[in-house]
Amino acid sequence: MNQAASALGKDLVGLEPLSREQIVAILDTAEPFKEISERRIKKVPVLRGKTIVNLFFEASTRTRVSFEFAEKRLSADTVNIAAAGSSVVKGETLVDTARNLEAMRIDMVVMRHGSSGAAAFLAERIPSNVVNAGDGAHEHPTQGLLDMLTIRDHLGRIEGLKVCVVGDVLHSRVARSNIHGLLKLGAEVALCGPPTLVPPVFRELGVEVFTRVEDAIQWADVLNVLRLQLERMEAGYVPSLREYNRIWGVSNARLDAAPHDVLILHPGPMNRGVEIDSDVADGPHSVILNQVTNGVAVRMAVLYLLAGGQPEKAEAAKQGAE
Amino acid sequence: MSAERIPLMDETAVRRVVARMAREIVERNGGTDRLALMGIHRRGVQIASLLRAEIESAEGVAVPIGSIDISLYRDDLEAIGPRPIIGGSELPPNGVDGSNIVLVDDVQYTGRTARAAINELMDWGRPGRILLCVLVDRGGRELPIQPDIVGRQVEVMEEQQSVEVLVPELDGRLGVDIVYKHPEEAA
Repeated sequence: MNQAASALGKDLVGLEPLSREQIVAILDTAEPFKEISERRIKKVPVLRGKTIVNLFFEASTRTRVSFEFAEKRLSADTVNIAAAGSSVVKGETLVDTARNLEAMRIDMVVMRHGSSGAAAFLAERIPSNVVNAGDGAHEHPTQGLLDMLTIRDHLGRIEGLKVCVVGDVLHSRVARSNIHGLLKLGAEVALCGPPTLVPPVFRELGVEVFTRVEDAIQWADVLNVLRLQLERMEAGYVPSLREYNRIWGVSNARLDAAPHDVLILHPGPMNRGVEIDSDVADGPHSVILNQVTNGVAVRMAVLYLLAGGQPEKAEAAKQGAE
Repeated sequence: MSAERIPLMDETAVRRVVARMAREIVERNGGTDRLALMGIHRRGVQIASLLRAEIESAEGVAVPIGSIDISLYRDDLEAIGPRPIIGGSELPPNGVDGSNIVLVDDVQYTGRTARAAINELMDWGRPGRILLCVLVDRGGRELPIQPDIVGRQVEVMEEQQSVEVLVPELDGRLGVDIVYKHPEEAA
């Protein structure tokens, strides 16, 4: 694997445009970053002097804090901007907001936005590196990466595994990043949920679709259980949360019927007793908190690779130096 | 382009020099008390384990050993880009606090690697003392950092030549070569 093939380029907008080699390079780079968070002094100087703006147009605690830890542990300077209270509510466009930030000389933008495609839109228009921290129902690439890293940690591989994403796939950027990433790494991917939230058209991506969660559990090595947003009930996608839990909820009773152990992932925040039962969330096969730990390492790896990702300069320097 | 190689040291020569360096380390430390070796990725790691084996056969003590990867402490990330795979650092079992750490590298050149390794060690804790030990010192320092223990000193041409340490684990044999980077121009 040469460096040019694995370099990420300027931005991380999604996993769909990445190659298998690029995804593996990020996961492999994340490995040594895990150890930094275990040190007494949880900091390395690699991004010293870089300014990173966390631009969050949607509420997020976990993802924003995870990015912030990653940035600080790499010694970058960070600024957080939340949409509420910013000039966005005064009607400023996304590009104007970004250009104003650029005018203050920043190096990277980590953005969460409610519209699919917002990250790509911004990446094309500003010279700073752009990292997508979730855009509408499009992608949430670092979540997909941390899910894959966690699966690889626990099962030793991705290739050949059967991974089923359960729940509200229709509205989920996490589901899309999982589908693209896992398929590229050679996993078999399935989706499971009510037909209103898992339309059969997803089969065109090359995935299996289950309508019964019992069938998904029989099939899968890994379940990635998505949060059911309460608004979905109001919008008529599911009749009630209780009914959703009764038909689609991941419970120990259902897992006990599986022919082998099933690894349980959840991107959080959980609705205990809705999409996942407490016994399962806190059970021996749950790796939900490992996902959170890995999230920091994966984000450190992405920031590191983007910050230095200039393969043509790297090649030139190699010829000259050494 | 086939680079021209001139052997500088064969396996016997390297082993002889390592044996002498091991004695010097123990002498400088006044024994093996609180001594710990840390090899700098990648070939410093193998040299460190050779030194450890020598110290063990002479003193009967297996000193703690660790490794250090300086990728995240480099001063040239922008210029040369990120290393695709970082080796990861591994502390000696008892940590670095109060230890007399011997940093082991294969070749010392500009001094920038040693600078980065010292900074990283300081972030790990507070070593009692740090010694720098290199198999080959090729000159060409850009920072005022000198090794304490040197296996072999060699003058090479700044631009055209480089010194390569070869270790069995990565290169199939133990030795040191001088390599002409552009043989057609150098000839």
